[in-house]
Amino acid sequence: MSGVRILVGTKKGAFILTADGKRDAWSVAGPFFSGWEIYHMKGSPVDPDRIYASQLTDWFGQIIQRSSDGGKTWEQPGSSDKLAAEPSDAPAMPQGESNNFVYDTSDETGHPLTTHQWYDGTQHPWEFARVWHLEPSLTDPDLVYAGVEDAALFRTTDGGKSWHEMSGLRGHQTGAGWSPGAGGMCLHTILLDPDNPDRIYTAISAAGAFRTDDGGDTWRPINRGLRSDYIPDPTAEVGHCVHRLAMHPARPATLYMQKHWDVMRSDDSGDNWYEISGNLPTDFGFPIEVHAHEPDTVYVVPIKSDAIHYPPDGKLRVYRSRTGGNEWEPLTEGLPQEHCYVNVLRDAMSVDTLDPGGIYFGTTGGQVYGSADGGDTWTAIVRDLPAVLSVEAQALP
Amino acid sequence: MAPVIRIVLPFHLRTLAGVDGEVAVSVDGDITQSSVLDALEARYPMLRGTIRDHATRRRRPLVRFFACNEDVTHEPADKALPRAVSSGAEPFLVVGAVAGG
Repeated sequence: MSGVRILVGTKKGAFILTADGKRDAWSVAGPFFSGWEIYHMKGSPVDPDRIYASQLTDWFGQIIQRSSDGGKTWEQPGSSDKLAAEPSDAPAMPQGESNNFVYDTSDETGHPLTTHQWYDGTQHPWEFARVWHLEPSLTDPDLVYAGVEDAALFRTTDGGKSWHEMSGLRGHQTGAGWSPGAGGMCLHTILLDPDNPDRIYTAISAAGAFRTDDGGDTWRPINRGLRSDYIPDPTAEVGHCVHRLAMHPARPATLYMQKHWDVMRSDDSGDNWYEISGNLPTDFGFPIEVHAHEPDTVYVVPIKSDAIHYPPDGKLRVYRSRTGGNEWEPLTEGLPQEHCYVNVLRDAMSVDTLDPGGIYFGTTGGQVYGSADGGDTWTAIVRDLPAVLSVEAQALP
Repeated sequence: MAPVIRIVLPFHLRTLAGVDGEVAVSVDGDITQSSVLDALEARYPMLRGTIRDHATRRRRPLVRFFACNEDVTHEPADKALPRAVSSGAEPFLVVGAVAGG
């Protein structure tokens, strides 16, 4: 591996941080898409220079951007650089469709638009708001999954030019019982099983975790073992505010979960969950990650309660378990240990696959911290970006 | 020859469309919000969905339309725009609502 590239999405644009394999000297490029929220950027595992980005504002809605050169230049897929002089000159490719996220209600493949639970317990129509997460295929750079708000899963097979809902998830019979978390009713996690192309995991706040074993046609809730005291039936099939799932590719049946409260683990592909919060100072938080080379090494960032959202005692501490949970150690070297009141959002932590394995996270205060030694020591790569929404690490060949 | 309508876009949409200043589009038939926006989206397809929702075709909530120092946002979409716009003397303004950020 010759280096690493960190894709950083923020409230006001995107930034790309690069370093060689030592990861001690960083170049910072950006901002890209100045003034727009970049909820997520992620590169294709089979072509790291093919990067997809979710760009949006409340004013002008959702845009999808794509780069084919590692983030140096970007385009809206399907929108030719050569504009149509007249409409009749428009190329055959579906121009202007790359931001067309419309729920599939067709008789052939769709499901009717129903309602979900609103904050006050009433029913509310499903409305598209934004793309939270983009998950490129493990094998095809033109195939990408998108997790959206209001919760649904979309897919492109043409490199982002057009998107189609995989409506089986939204159409699940429990949909009326799903409800938005504080950030909206978002599908924020998509995990692809490297051993089984028909198996996909998703997580929705606040509905819970779901799994398909048939490539996305049908889904089932996988929330047995979760307990959430903020819903009428704490062990209900759906309604759990799952904040994030993580998986190690060498052990895809083992899943880790940061729930609204509780850090959880499953060893049977989500069929059953058990708590691994152990000695964490608080088991509330957002991101959870697994070391690239150690399937039992897990990272979380404990955050004080569900109403405060900053680190306990003003100390920014990543907690690492090397035993697959329950026994956690604070990682503090290089992180602020006083007067720190930032948050780390669910998509804002990522690991690289270099040796030794690195880990990175961004904060709502605009810092991006990196560790080239698995979390033992940290340095601030940048300190003053806009609030960080997402961080993705790419190892470069 | 179809009239040429001048349109002023907000910063973010100028960036998306790759233009600096005003844009100009030819519009066939009646000069209305709908026909002007249809022509704009045909000329700059990357703007589809940013002013009007893809599915409903309704104006996005934080977008407004001004013409000749008047707010025409809530005028019927098929109502004729002021003659000064259809003659090209004045531009049609697409504006992002002032809402912080």
